This record gives sequence, structure tokens and C-alpha cells, in this order.
Amino acid sequence: MLEMKLVSKRFGLIDPYSIDDFIANKGYQALKKALKADKLDLLDEIENSKLRGRGGAGFPVAIKIMALAKEISQPKYVICNADEGEPGNFKDRYILEKDPHSIIEGMLIAAYMTNAKTGYIYIRGEYSLQIDIMKNAIKQAREKNYLGEAILGTDFSFDLEVRSGAGSYVCGEEFALLESLEGKAGRTRVKPPFPTSRGLFNKPTLINNVETFATLPVIIDIGGKEYAKIGTASSTGTKLISISGNVLKKGVYEVPFGISMRKIINELGGGVENGRKIRMVQLGGECGPIIPEYMLDMVIDFERFEEFESKTGAGALIVIDDRFDFFEILKRISEFFTHESCGKCIPCREGNYHLLKIIDRFVNYCATEKDMNLLENTAMVLHHTSLCGLGQSAPTAIISALHYFRGTFQKRIEASLSQEDRIYAKN
Amino acid sequence: MILAEVLKRFPKKKEYLIEILLEYQKQKETHHFEEHELKEIANYLNIPESRVCSVVGFYTFFSTEPRGKYIFQICRDLPCQLNDNFDLLSSIQMILGIKVGETTQDGLFTLEYTSCLGHCDKSPAIRVNDKIHGSLSLNKLKAIVAECKEKENA
Ligand SMILES: Cc1cc2nc3c(=O)[nH]c(=O)nc-3n(C[C@H](O)[C@H](O)[C@H](O)COP(=O)(O)O)c2cc1C
Ligand code: SF4
Ligand code: FES
Repeated sequence: MLEMKLVSKRFGLIDPYSIDDFIANKGYQALKKALKADKLDLLDEIENSKLRGRGGAGFPVAIKIMALAKEISQPKYVICNADEGEPGNFKDRYILEKDPHSIIEGMLIAAYMTNAKTGYIYIRGEYSLQIDIMKNAIKQAREKNYLGEAILGTDFSFDLEVRSGAGSYVCGEEFALLESLEGKAGRTRVKPPFPTSRGLFNKPTLINNVETFATLPVIIDIGGKEYAKIGTASSTGTKLISISGNVLKKGVYEVPFGISMRKIINELGGGVENGRKIRMVQLGGECGPIIPEYMLDMVIDFERFEEFESKTGAGALIVIDDRFDFFEILKRISEFFTHESCGKCIPCREGNYHLLKIIDRFVNYCATEKDMNLLENTAMVLHHTSLCGLGQSAPTAIISALHYFRGTFQKRIEASLSQEDRIYAKN
Repeated sequence: MILAEVLKRFPKKKEYLIEILLEYQKQKETHHFEEHELKEIANYLNIPESRVCSVVGFYTFFSTEPRGKYIFQICRDLPCQLNDNFDLLSSIQMILGIKVGETTQDGLFTLEYTSCLGHCDKSPAIRVNDKIHGSLSLNKLKAIVAECKEKENA
């Protein structure tokens, strides 16, 4: 069995609008267990699990929780990042719409460990249905005293609100998200300080991904050491993978780390249509690298992802078959970042626009050797000098394409030359 | 729905700005803000009007131009494009008789682009007001438009 359902174990089995269904399926049991335990022991469990953030960057979760726990000032905030705007990612949506209480339970456990009393779930505005499901879940949890004052008869109090995004990809970046929660335009802040010391309203804040929170009850349930036995040494546990593009069975599948992408694509995603071939796969979403088919034996693992210096770890696979023009695809990716750049820093605001213009020359068969160098240089400037992750990862696709598909660029330049000849010949 | 009624439902705290804007724009048939409304919101929250304008300008959901009662947003990101086998964009432009960025003369439909809707498992996908429609075919697209028109005639 390739799939291993820990976070997704209730998907499809319960009515997301029913807290009773959730409770009948072992829901809120991890919370009850946690409320009886010593907070330091709980922190140990998380540390032993070696859980890393599921929103892309893969930062160790225990370090952030510990940092917030150490802050003595109040208020402190626990925030769930449900902005999920990276093209090709939809796994958080599955959790929101299929098991909303698992997120609340995870946030409660984090809040209990850190003595936070207020939480927010920031959900992208496009997810109207999921916002509705989440609001209902919060209401039900309040009615049953899983949220609110003196939760389940303890002295622990915590309450939670849903906030909606309004159509902006960069608001998934943690500081942009905090700005947005404060009712402002989603433009990032310079860090450090990090959110755990100065976050929402400049108060200590823990911000994690939906899947990260939904994993906490699993860890409390089976124990940190047990959890760490799943997956690989550097990437423990399971990961929800969003598969999209030209596969027959697009969807979300939960697998342990360490499984090869080829297996996931062929055995879970159903492979590509008969007679088609996989040409390339984009990892992590549009911010991620494009790799050729022969690299698909690479396994899902944070350490491998880090080689690409991008936030590839959200776990998306966009499968592209042999029907599509390579440069049209790069152009689409480039357009996305040009549109979503917040404009706060120059490399990203101007650089993406220039990348797009150069790619366009490749699309239109009028590129030269010089364009390839310019593309490479501009991409590297963006990667190294942009203020936030958006600009830093915007050129990842281009950089990886230049690495793995250099011949394709070369061929297009040659074809451009002969095209030029033809135009000259006509005149 | 008048603005004052929407405002009443929110605390006078500036962090509610986006929630207020979202709620009011949803209620309004033209899905857009007029200058005096932005002023009124700024006054209510006791913040400068420029702050309200910067937020309205930043988020793609907000508009200062009147729009149609039904806003069709076409996802143009890669996973949708890879699954578009009937030329979604041309089809919808033909069916509605407008280009992206335009509104039909009867004020019923506006056509816009959107970034990935997070429904790539159901690509190609579009969003019509609050609802996302996925796994589109030409027939399904026609049915969605027909349903909007029917609602109007009912
Ligand atoms: C442009 C950009 C967009 C991001 N979008 C998201 C997102 O939609 N969801 C998410 O969880 N993290 C997103 N992140 C990562 C967050 O900044 C942050 O690392 C994450 O929420 C931390 O949670 P985790 O440690 O649980 O992964 C984004 C980062 C960048 C730079
Ligand atoms: S890198 Fe881009 S999105 Fe990030 S702050 Fe700079 S301009 Fe804004
Ligand atoms: S690319 Fe269209 S919904 Fe994701």
C-alpha cells in the first residue's frame, strides 16, 4: 500500500458539518489527552516527532512552538495559514472541507502548549465553501466547549475566528498574511524579528500551515517517537500530495515521505493518458523547479527538495505531458509571478516583468544567445536579492529549466535564427 | 443593502476593514465601490481614506468600476491550462459576447481572469461570484450561463 492515511483518515467518512461525526471517529481525543499532560512533555513529543512545516519551507515545528511558549507577555496568537494560493496546491482545501475539526484540534493543542488565548484561521477568499464549513465547525466546537472559556472544565481558554483573504497570492507569505489580518495591504515586513517574537499586532505569534496543525493530534495520539519512525530520517511522517495536470486521477493522496514521484504519479495519479508521455513535472507548484521525466525516481523528501533552493515542500506535482510547448509553459508561470508581485521591492517588481519579456521572445522564435544569458542573470538576481519568498522563488522554474533543458533553449535560438533568415529572405 | 447597515455589524476596529469591504461588495449588485462609500468606511473606522484606497487597490477581489451581477473569473494557471481541451477562454468570450475585463450591456455579466482557484483537481475551473465550477466542458459552461439567465427571468 502506497497510501498511509493519518491526517486524511477521516476524509469522506464523516460529515464535515457534524461535530458528532468527528467525535465518534476519535475526534478531540488527542486534545483530551494533551489537556491531562504536562506541557513540557507535550513539547518533547513534538520535538521527538521531528515534524517539519507543511506549508512549503519545511521549518521544524517544535522550534517555533518552543519559541512562542517561552514568550511570557500576553496576548499571544496562534494562526493557521489557509491561504493556499500556490497553483497546483489544493491539499489544505481537502482538510478544510473534509475534516475541519482536525485543524481546530491541532490549533488547540498548539495554543495549550504555548498559553495562547486567541487564534485565527486565514482562509483564501476563493474558498467560500470551505470558509462556511470552518465557521460552522467553530460554532459547534464552541457550543460543546471545545473552544471558549475553561475548555472541558480545565483552566485553559482559547477562541478562534475565521478571516477571509481577498484574492492575493502573496498573502500566504507569513508576514504579508499578518499585515492582511491587521486589515492592510498584504506587503511583507523585513525579518527578523520573526513572528514568534513580533507577529500579529507586534505580539508573539505562531503561524503554521493547515496540514501542520492537522498533524499535531496524530503525533499526540501515537507519540512523537512512533511518528518519527514513519518516512525518512530527514523527513518524518506522511505528506499530503496534490497531483494535477495531465494525470488521469488528479487529487490528493497521503503518503509517507521517501516514496518516489514516479510511483505516486503512476500508481496513485493513474499516470498519463494512453499514448502520451510525461515530458516534465513541476514540483511544489509554480514556485518550484521543473524536472525532466528521468528524474522522477527521486523520492519525496525535504532534503532532496532543498537542493532546489525553493519552497518546494508543500507537496504538489504538476504533471506535464508531451503536447505542450515548453516556452508557453514558462511564460504562463512568469505571468503568474508578474501579476502577483506586491511591488514592494525592485528586483521582484521589475525582474519578473523582464523575465516575462525575455521568455516571450523564446515563445515567438526571436530569441538569441544573449537572451539566454540575460534570462539566467536576471533570474539569479531575483533569486538572491528579493525581499520575500515570492521573488526569491519566482525564477526557480526558469533556473531549473535552464539547467535540465538547456538543449531546448539552444534549439529555440537556432530556430529563431533561421526564422530571422526567412524574414530577411522575404524582404 | 445600504452601507450603514453592513457597518453596524462590525466593530469599529481597523482590522475589520477587509471583512467590511468583502461583505459590502458582495451585497452590492454592481460589485464595486464608489468614492463616497470608501469615505464612509474610512470615517467609520477612523482611518485615512488613503488607507482604504490602498487596500481596495491591492486585493484583486475589490473594484472601483461597476461590474456585472455575475462575475465570471477564468483561471489561467498552468494546471487548468493543461486540462483545457476546448479553449475555455475563447468559448466563454463567445458565449457572453465580451472580452476579459468587459461587462455586458445589460449589466449581467463581467469577465475576468483569476489566479489558481485551488481546484486544480477539477481543472479547468472557473469562479462565478461565490461558487467554483470545475471539470468544465463546453456544455457545462453553457449550462452555467443559461442558469444565470434563467434566474434573471424568473
Ligand atoms: C509567496 C509565498 C506564499 C506562501 N503561501 C503559503 C500558503 O498559502 N500556505 C502556507 O501554509 N504557507 C505559505 N507560505 C509559507 C509561509 O510563509 C510560512 O512559511 C508557513 O505558513 C509556515 O507554516 P509551516 O511551517 O507549517 O509550513 C508562503 C510563502 C511565500 C513566500
Ligand atoms: S519579493 Fe515580490 S512579493 Fe516579496 S516583497 Fe518583494 S515585491 Fe513584494
Ligand atoms: S490552476 Fe486553475 S484551479 Fe488551480
